Amino acid sequence: MIEVWFVLIVTALATSILGVFLVLKGLSMTTDAISHTILLGIVLAFFITQDLRSPWLIIGAGLIGLLTVYLIQVIINTRLIKQDAAIGIVFTALFALAIILVSRYADNVHLDLDVVLMGEVLFAPLNRIEIFGFSVPNALWQLSLLLVINCGFVALFYKELKLSTFDPTYAYIAGFSTTLIYYLLMTLVSITAVTAFDAVGSILVINFFVAPALTAYLLVKRLSHMIWVSFIFAFINSTLGYLAGDHLDVSMSGATSFVAFIVFMLVFLLNPKGFVSTKVKQHNQKKVFARAMILMLMNEDEHRTISRRGIQSHFNLDDKSFKKHIEHLLLNGYVEQNTDGYTLTRRGEEYTHYTRIKYELPAS
Amino acid sequence: MTRNIIEVSDLSVAYAHNPVIWHINLAVKANSRTAVVGPNGAGKSTLIKSIMNLNKPLSGKVEINGKKPKHALKNIAYVPQKGEVNWDFPTTVLDVVLMGRYVHKGWFKRMNKADVAAAMDALSTMKMEAFKDRQISELSGGQRQRVFLARAICHDADFYIMDEPLQGIDITTEKLIIDTIKALQAKGKSFLVVHHNLDTVEEYFDHVIILNKSVIAQGTIEEAWKKENIDKAYDDRSVTT
Ligand SMILES: Nc1ncnc2c1ncn2[C@@H]1O[C@H](COP(=O)(O)OP(=O)(O)OP(=O)(O)O)[C@@H](O)[C@H]1O
Ligand SMILES: [Mg+2]
Repeated sequence: MIEVWFVLIVTALATSILGVFLVLKGLSMTTDAISHTILLGIVLAFFITQDLRSPWLIIGAGLIGLLTVYLIQVIINTRLIKQDAAIGIVFTALFALAIILVSRYADNVHLDLDVVLMGEVLFAPLNRIEIFGFSVPNALWQLSLLLVINCGFVALFYKELKLSTFDPTYAYIAGFSTTLIYYLLMTLVSITAVTAFDAVGSILVINFFVAPALTAYLLVKRLSHMIWVSFIFAFINSTLGYLAGDHLDVSMSGATSFVAFIVFMLVFLLNPKGFVSTKVKQHNQKKVFARAMILMLMNEDEHRTISRRGIQSHFNLDDKSFKKHIEHLLLNGYVEQNTDGYTLTRRGEEYTHYTRIKYELPAS
Repeated sequence: MTRNIIEVSDLSVAYAHNPVIWHINLAVKANSRTAVVGPNGAGKSTLIKSIMNLNKPLSGKVEINGKKPKHALKNIAYVPQKGEVNWDFPTTVLDVVLMGRYVHKGWFKRMNKADVAAAMDALSTMKMEAFKDRQISELSGGQRQRVFLARAICHDADFYIMDEPLQGIDITTEKLIIDTIKALQAKGKSFLVVHHNLDTVEEYFDHVIILNKSVIAQGTIEEAWKKENIDKAYDDRSVTT
């Protein structure tokens, strides 16, 4: 069983390193399209070789992956329809062709569509090969090789990938072919996707590509950090997915993808710049501002004094929020209560002055 | 008579059906500060993109230093119009400025100490050293513009092409950028700058190209910067934008 865990982890790592650039280039949906259309490459290559384990299947997948990217680009370049529509039309057309071929010649194709679509990592250890005298699952061997290739690609082309993702025009002027880098990247995406089919299936492989990178994106400031943090999330997601799948006896790629979603949401909500902390900060900020405004209203009065009714009507405050604000101000010694209402203290005066500077308001 | 760094002859460009710029003939003098002015949609960005071979013209020829643009591009430092890059990209100010050195490196080669020193120099010229580790998404518009300029300086090209570098920035930054441009001109560099503010053309530039679909006037400020030319470019009702 530990081999199953290894396969999941290596799949997650090999896909997520490419995912970093897919996310930054806005290519998530293109990747989803590729992970489906390459089925056509597999089917066509199988018709020619009649061998499900032939390396031509991977080459076929790579070629169809490139064709997918190329067709989408051609359609976008006409400027007649937008990117999402272009992806939609190419994706479904090529995928449909694959489905037609498989269903028409189903008797001759021992291709299990369920496994291709859904993946079944539990079967991975059944298909083994000998490497340096050790018997290892074929999928583990292939995916490890791809992990090395993908990492090597990113290490070698790091500078070029970075520039062409951030500023393609400048990359072109500086003499780096953005097209070449783009098609190299998409070739690796296709090959990685087809290799990952057995383990995670074509439907969910998109999640393996982009979820760790997206989660990392929420946390980092630098590209290199994004890669490392993606690796960490890829590891966490696949490990938790493995454990959940094992305990609950459900699909492991499904469990990994779902865990990835939960992890993403947690990071989204809880990270220092995230949803929850931003809301909390905004809420506090609002309170601070409301109190400063009350003090400023007093400051503008010639006796530095306003009645309770005056404050409530000016700011449209109900009794409850008025009490909250005024108690806070009394406690801090910014105002004092008297028969006419509330009067600004010396301390409150200073605070008002400081607030005007902070919010860059003109002095009264 | 000074040499021309750019010569454009009979250039026409169309995106869809109608030409956006039409029969452009122009020359940019070496070691000049040349402004390109014209109303919105006049084709200013399109013109400089064609000069850099970034779009395919219907007709015409561009020569940079007597060569085809493709072979002269590395000698151009380009400052794009705002918003043309991915500002949410996870990278720091220093990193972006360092990209100016990539052109001297070729494929696969990494940055070294000398590159970082050059980048820091460029940052200090633009008074942005304090921001070197800041993530670019956390910069204001004017600061972004300074970072782009620092990258161009770091590139150390002979020829600078800038698309509205003064758009939406305050007067201090504007002065800093113009002073830097003048200082670089004194070192022999040439500039082609898309410029929006008609009031400052005379003060900031020595040559001007007035554009609205085609070239209305060009030459030194004395020759070309005349009221009738400006009126012709900006009041022409037949040009829809
Ligand atoms: N990629 C494009 N596809 C189609 N039309 C375009 C494209 N880019 C520009 N245009 C059109 O070409 C014309 C000229 O655009 P351009 O960006 O060159 O103008 P500009 O002079 O730079 O304007 P601005 O002052 O607003 O920057 C405009 O009418 C614009 O709508
Ligand atoms: Mg423009």
